[in-house]
Order: sequence, then C-alpha cells, then structure tokens
Amino acid sequence: MSRMTIALMGTTMLNLTAGAAFAEGEINALVWCDHTDPGLIEPFEEAFGVKVNLREYEGTGAALALLEQSRPGDWDVLVIDGIDVFRAVDAGLLAPLPAGELPTGDFFPEVVMAENNIVDGVTYAVTEKFGYNTISYNADKVDPADMQDLASVWSEKYDGRISIYDYYLPVMGLAAIANGIETAGIDGESLEAIGGTLGEMRARAASVAGVVAAQTALATGEVDIVVGGGEWLTAVLAEEQPELTWTIPEQGAVRWAQSIGVLEGSENKDMALEFVKYITGPEGQARLATSSCFWGMPANARAGDYLSDDQKAVLRWDQQQDYLARTQLYPAPDTDLDIEMQDLWLDTLQQ
Amino acid sequence: MSRSAEQRRGWGFVAPALLWTLAFFVLPFAVMGAMSLATLEGRTLVWGLSLANYAELAEKAYLWRAIMVSLEITVTVTVVSVVLAYPLAWIIAFRVPARWQRLALLLAILPFWTSYVVRSYAWLLVLAREGVVNQTLMTLGLISEPVTLANTRFATVTGFVHFFVMLLTLTIYANLIQLSPNYRRAAMDLGASAFQTFRHVILPLTLPGIVTGAFLTFVLCIGDYVTPQILGGNTELTVPQVIMVQLGRRADFPLASALAIVLMAIVTVVYLLSARWLKLDRL
Repeated sequence: MSRMTIALMGTTMLNLTAGAAFAEGEINALVWCDHTDPGLIEPFEEAFGVKVNLREYEGTGAALALLEQSRPGDWDVLVIDGIDVFRAVDAGLLAPLPAGELPTGDFFPEVVMAENNIVDGVTYAVTEKFGYNTISYNADKVDPADMQDLASVWSEKYDGRISIYDYYLPVMGLAAIANGIETAGIDGESLEAIGGTLGEMRARAASVAGVVAAQTALATGEVDIVVGGGEWLTAVLAEEQPELTWTIPEQGAVRWAQSIGVLEGSENKDMALEFVKYITGPEGQARLATSSCFWGMPANARAGDYLSDDQKAVLRWDQQQDYLARTQLYPAPDTDLDIEMQDLWLDTLQQ
Repeated sequence: MSRSAEQRRGWGFVAPALLWTLAFFVLPFAVMGAMSLATLEGRTLVWGLSLANYAELAEKAYLWRAIMVSLEITVTVTVVSVVLAYPLAWIIAFRVPARWQRLALLLAILPFWTSYVVRSYAWLLVLAREGVVNQTLMTLGLISEPVTLANTRFATVTGFVHFFVMLLTLTIYANLIQLSPNYRRAAMDLGASAFQTFRHVILPLTLPGIVTGAFLTFVLCIGDYVTPQILGGNTELTVPQVIMVQLGRRADFPLASALAIVLMAIVTVVYLLSARWLKLDRL
C-alpha cells in the first residue's frame, strides 16, 4: 500500500470520525420562523453544547413532503400546525413523547389540545404557542367600536381599507363565526353561507396578504384593518406604532396553535426531547412568545414569570381567560372538505 | 486520426453538456410529466396514467382564470418592456459617445444588483397610498386623494417592467451595436426619411434581438411567483401562485405538476411562433 493511499485512508477515517462526533452535537429542526430567533435558540445551544440547525417552512403539506423525501435521521424536531399533528402521526413521522416529562400541567388548559396531540392514548406532540386570527386595525383610522362586530368590519364604511390574511382556514373560520357556525361544525352544506361572507369580504378588500405584506400594508397606511390578523401581526410593531392594535369581536374569533414533536427517524431523540422540553419550559416559552419573527401566547402559563409587564400588556396576558372562552380552534377539515374549502377560497380570490 | 476515434472524441466533448441536460432537464421533466398523471387519493399519492388533473382545468374556473391572468400580465409586460427598452437601447447605442456606453449600460442594469424580493417590496412602498407616487401626484394637484396603485395588476406589471426593461435593453443593444452605420447612410442616400429608415431597415435587422429579449421576458415572467405575490396583493392569482397554494397545505404535487406542464406547453407554443426570429446566439 503506497504512502499516498495510507494518507488518504487516514484522512478519510479522520473525517468520518469527526463527522460522527459533530453529528452527535447537532439537532436538525424543521420549524416556523419564530424559532429562528437567536435569542430563543442560543441559550439551549450553550446549555447543552449542541448546534441547532433550523429550516423554516410554510404549509404542512410542504413540510410533510420534505420529511417523506428525507432519509431517516435527517431531521430530529418538527414544529407543526396544531390541527395537523394527526397528519404527521398518520404518516408515521412522529415519535411518542414521554407525557410525564412534559410540563403540560402548567399549560393554559384550553391549549393542551389532547385531542390533537394525543393519538390512541400516545402523546406525539405538545402545544408550544397559540394566538388568534381575529381583527387587527389602526385605532387612529377606524372606530374601535366598529371592530367589535364582524359584519361592520367588512361593511361599506371600510370599503378598500381592509386586507385579508392569506390563509383560507382561519379566514373561513372567521366567516363561519360571522354566520353563527362553529368552526368544528363546518361541512359541505355550510360552505354556501361561508362563501357568501367571503365574497363580501373580498369585495371590500384592497388585498389578500401574507404575514409581511399584511404588516407592511397596515404599517404604511395602505389598509386600516387586517381580517385574520391578531397579536402575531401587530405585536412586533407595537413599540413604534402603538395605534396598531387588535381585538376579538363580540361574535368571537379563531384560535391558532402550533405544536412541537420529535421525529420518529431521529437518531438523536434524547437531545431532540431536551429541545422540546426547553421550548415548552417557562423560559423557552417566554422567549418563543416574544420571538422577533412573530409574537404569540406561550402555552405554558408559567412563562409569565419571565415576561415583562410591557410584554404581557402587548400579549393581553390578563385577558386570556376571556379570549380563550370566546374563541374557537380554527377549522381542521378532512381531506375532501379541505379540497372544497380551498377551491371556494381560490374561486373567491379570482372573482 | 481514424473516423471512429474522431467520433469518440466528439462524443467526449458533447457528453458533459448532454449529461447535464439529461440530469437537470430531461429527467426532472419526465418526473414532472409522470407526476401530472398521478392522483392524490386522500393523502396517498397514486401513480397511474390519469388525466384527472388536466380535466380539473375545465372543471375549476379559478384554474382557467389563473392561466388567463398569467397570459394577460405576461403579454402586457412583454409589450411594454419592448416599447420602453428599444428607445433606451437606441440612445445608448447611437446617441451616447462610445466611451460612455459601458457606463450607460452599467447604469441601465444597476437595479439588477439589488435583491429581487427587496426590489419588489420597495415598489410596494413607492406605490402605497402614502408612497412617493401618490404624494407627488397630490403635490402637483393632479389628484385630490390617494389612488390605489399597490396590490393591483398595475403594480405587478410595474415591478416586472422595471426588471425586464433592463434585460431587453441588453439584448436589443447587443443587436443594435452590431449594425453597420452604412445601412442607415445608404437608406438616407436613397432618400428615405429617418422614420422610413427605421421602419424598413433598422427594425427588421434588429428584430432577432427584440424577439430574443421578448421571448426571455415571456418565459421568465409567466413562471414568476415573487412579483405577483408581493405586488399583486392576491387580488387575482397567476398560475405559479395557484401552484404554490396546491403545494403549501395539501402537497398536491400531481395537480401542481399538471399546471407546470400547462405553463411549459404555453412557452413551447410561444417558442414555435417566434422561432423564426429567435437568435439566441446573438446574446
């Protein structure tokens, strides 16, 4: 064997060893943008001596497609829409979690969401953050009293001054609530009424906007109201533009929630579980709630110990019991209904 | 060198490009074509030879509308960009002194240096109700209250035109600069007016540059997602936007693939229509 061959083999072995050691010190997480705030991730990395590699995604479908095309072990942690946990479980992607080690006992009871996160008695995910798809508005430009009634929000008075959040499930949930239909009770028959309300909204709307576009539109005065907005939309703007605020109308609003779990294919499940425990623990929850990407309520009520009074005021901490009582989880349609709802949404946008 | 050795050498030169094309065009296209014939049953992908996804184009009005919106925007952008880019390229080629032409071209393509997404958001601010355009029009007394410019088709077309005028200026300039000044001189000597010279001599000779730039504009514009998403305000949806909706939540790759194939078919038709004038080697 030549010296060159020996040298190459030695280098290869060294690389493989180094790679293995490095891999043990990393976890890969597929997340929403709020997890990419260094202020959230760095304390965990320092405490455990690991590197957390993050990849953002939008849309459960995109995340599941990515996971199904990945090799086992590529990903360790998944953040997912609370209503879609069952889809990841059905696909065999999530690993069981030790329920006893999770701080769900400290959670706001309404957002434990056992019916979503537990399948056949096995816990696969845990709620980490929640908030509301409701009405965000500029208090200097609109009458706050009008914002208490959904019908007046998209009335002629505000023609051309509203933007609609670009995600059909929460917005159709709001349309259902405006029609006195419970979000959990949406079916094929109720879509006609929901479609009528969507058409009214669409006719009054200047735009149908994603998160950044809706924030920009509200902040620049392009629109004065965002239907489907909430604390996640206006909280990061509160310091500079306190007139941008949000409310939950008398009819109620829609509640969103995101969950976190460990992936079945993970080769670093222990560290992945530690990450889940950190994120759902009081300090991690406070950091996640006030992430630079978007704010939202922490699922763990003990996070309040780590939030300032100003932060709590922006999140409306003291009003949560009232808000939780008056809001409904946004629709979680089965496949066929989902197709119908999406078609109705796209039809409405194209009118 | 024997004939077979020459052939092997020829294949050796061609092989990298051939493999590249096979790996990064033919294979992905074949996968996409096969995917467009599959179906999504529940959440399960079922491979087959179904035309159901294409049938949805006829059944779902919003899909057909998306194709029409894409075509309308793309044709508008292409025509407006050509109309604006040609005089700009002309001025740079024939009115700017040779020593300043490089600088002029550099200035013309300067906006290329900024991020496409950032540039789109910048246009959103410029066209906002309280943006520069509305403020200027109000200061000049041309309007009494702000007009809606952002989140409209006008905004989408504006964002696209800003980008593609730069591209077209380059392709048309490259064509114009190759023209011998003797053509113009000969036409003038024969009594042609400036307009007649342009109409009967310059324009036909620069048509390949125009068509090449217009074709590239068409291809890039009809498949673009970012500009209509940021500037159009979702008040109407283009095909790429509808594709993203199919993928985002439901991961309906078969329908998304069928829509992508339709886009490719449109581009192919446009290519065939313009092939006579297309001179990509002149770029």
